[in-house]
Amino acid sequence: MNGLLPDLDVIRKDFPILERVLDGGHRLVYLDSANTSQKPQVVIDAMVDHLERHNANISRAMHQLGAESTEAFEAARDTVARFLNAPSRDEVIFTKNATEALNLVARTFPLGPGDRVVITEMEHHSNIVPWQLATERSGAELRWFGLTDDGELDLSNIDELLVPGTKVVALTWVSNMLGTINPVAEIARRAHEIGAVVVLDASQAAPQLPVDVQAVDADFVVFTGHKVTGPTGIGVLWGKAELLNALPPFLGGGEMIATVTMEKSTWAPIPSKFEAGTPPITEAIGLGAAIEYISHVGLDAIHAHEQAITGYLLEGLATVGGVRVLGPLDASKRGGAVAFELAGVHPHDIAQLLDSRGIAVRAGHHCAKPAHKRFGVQASTRASSYLYTTPAEIDALIDGLEYTKNYFKV
Amino acid sequence: MDLDSLYQEIILDHYRSPHHAGLRDPFEAEVHHVNPTCGDEVTLRVHLEDTPAGTVVRDVSYDAEGCSISQASASVMADLVIGQDLDVALSKHEAFLTLMQGKGQVEPDEDVLEDGIAFAGVAKFPARVKCALLSWMAFKDAALQVRAQGEPA
Ligand SMILES: Cc1ncc(COP(=O)(O)O)c(C=O)c1O
Repeated sequence: MNGLLPDLDVIRKDFPILERVLDGGHRLVYLDSANTSQKPQVVIDAMVDHLERHNANISRAMHQLGAESTEAFEAARDTVARFLNAPSRDEVIFTKNATEALNLVARTFPLGPGDRVVITEMEHHSNIVPWQLATERSGAELRWFGLTDDGELDLSNIDELLVPGTKVVALTWVSNMLGTINPVAEIARRAHEIGAVVVLDASQAAPQLPVDVQAVDADFVVFTGHKVTGPTGIGVLWGKAELLNALPPFLGGGEMIATVTMEKSTWAPIPSKFEAGTPPITEAIGLGAAIEYISHVGLDAIHAHEQAITGYLLEGLATVGGVRVLGPLDASKRGGAVAFELAGVHPHDIAQLLDSRGIAVRAGHHCAKPAHKRFGVQASTRASSYLYTTPAEIDALIDGLEYTKNYFKV
Repeated sequence: MDLDSLYQEIILDHYRSPHHAGLRDPFEAEVHHVNPTCGDEVTLRVHLEDTPAGTVVRDVSYDAEGCSISQASASVMADLVIGQDLDVALSKHEAFLTLMQGKGQVEPDEDVLEDGIAFAGVAKFPARVKCALLSWMAFKDAALQVRAQGEPA
């Protein structure tokens, strides 16, 4: 198969969990990486090593361990900055996850009556709800890009949506439900013409595509650590320095101030301004190790692998009677997540049957209810691959679907 | 995990041909419940009637969208509560809830739960307990709403 990672066996050995044998003696077939990715040994080791040998609070500890911890934490910021091709390391803000990063922007970005925010019908709830709250609070208007029948953004009314007065265009780079890869650079160009800022949710893009914030000319980009082989509890907001400098603080507390008096406080420069309190230090270090790891494999190579596996998955699904794939049928337009329906069997039941054979998929609305509604489905089953996924695992899924059909006699 | 303990034949039968499905008149309360994690939904109506002997559940009608477990559970629930005294129906709700929350350790009473005992295996699958409880919770909510309204007069 063209495009597969050449050292797939070696890569799989990096992920100890892939050896896991589940109840009933089934070897794990993990097809839920769009939900959260598995972790390579280097990430686990980096976190354990930090906790065993270097643990201390950062910035404020005047001792050797404090210096080591601070250095490791800030090195992770450098790694993220390189990964995103950010012009400055100070533009990289550590958050708890993508959700918190999106809330940070939606909560602090100045909006008022007459302003407009444009999002899309394929957003994850974390890029919908914060904007609903922000527009309700400010009196701004919330508008949506619709979707075409094959699951792409419908840009036919872009001139109507992106009008002067539009302050924010927020969209996902890769859809977690439809898999669609969106033309984010083109949309950023159009948004900038009318003076809007562009917020990109790269939660599904960062794991599998080269993300270059300058090449796409975004204003804010967020992603979440646990989907790029890093730990949970850490996410990233990147923003252009002049925009971040202009925003008010999000959370108040320690580390984010320049000075505090009883009358008034002043803010530290970025990134500290947006990192109140003790950050997730071990998690940031784990994220740094994760990004080093996937960068070493190479994002172009991972992307090619994902497309090869996704193409094979789409071919396999086409052989199963009663399957309807949601989103583009052309693997080159997709990331490595495929949601589908199977006539006569509810996604929960599919997931349960697959689980009984050691195959982990996701069933439900995948936090994308508007996108499901757009396609007239209440829930779907989603199989999602990553750099460790093999064609044999796709075969196991397809067999599992046939078994499911038999079991439910459909 | 033992699939057949989850997907008992009785459950699959109710799933394939659910009893009392569809929304009907008359009713005194209608509720809409969702399972936020997976999106399963049920719209459910209850029709109660005051009689000299007490309040009777005359009808439970519903429109449910969801997996086999949640669909079958709605069907079994309607079978169990329709025609019962409201207090008896609510005690069946209690018994079913206890069964579902029992992590597979509770022995169900067939006299009380009838086909509902087929759900005993569901209690061993924590992710599916909410599916089984969805319509039961909706029933209880709707029935108590009617009671609170003081209806039927
Ligand atoms: C496209 C997209 N955006 C945002 C998120 C939210 O990520 P998190 O829950 O880590 O904040 C996810 C993951 O679930 C996602 O797939």
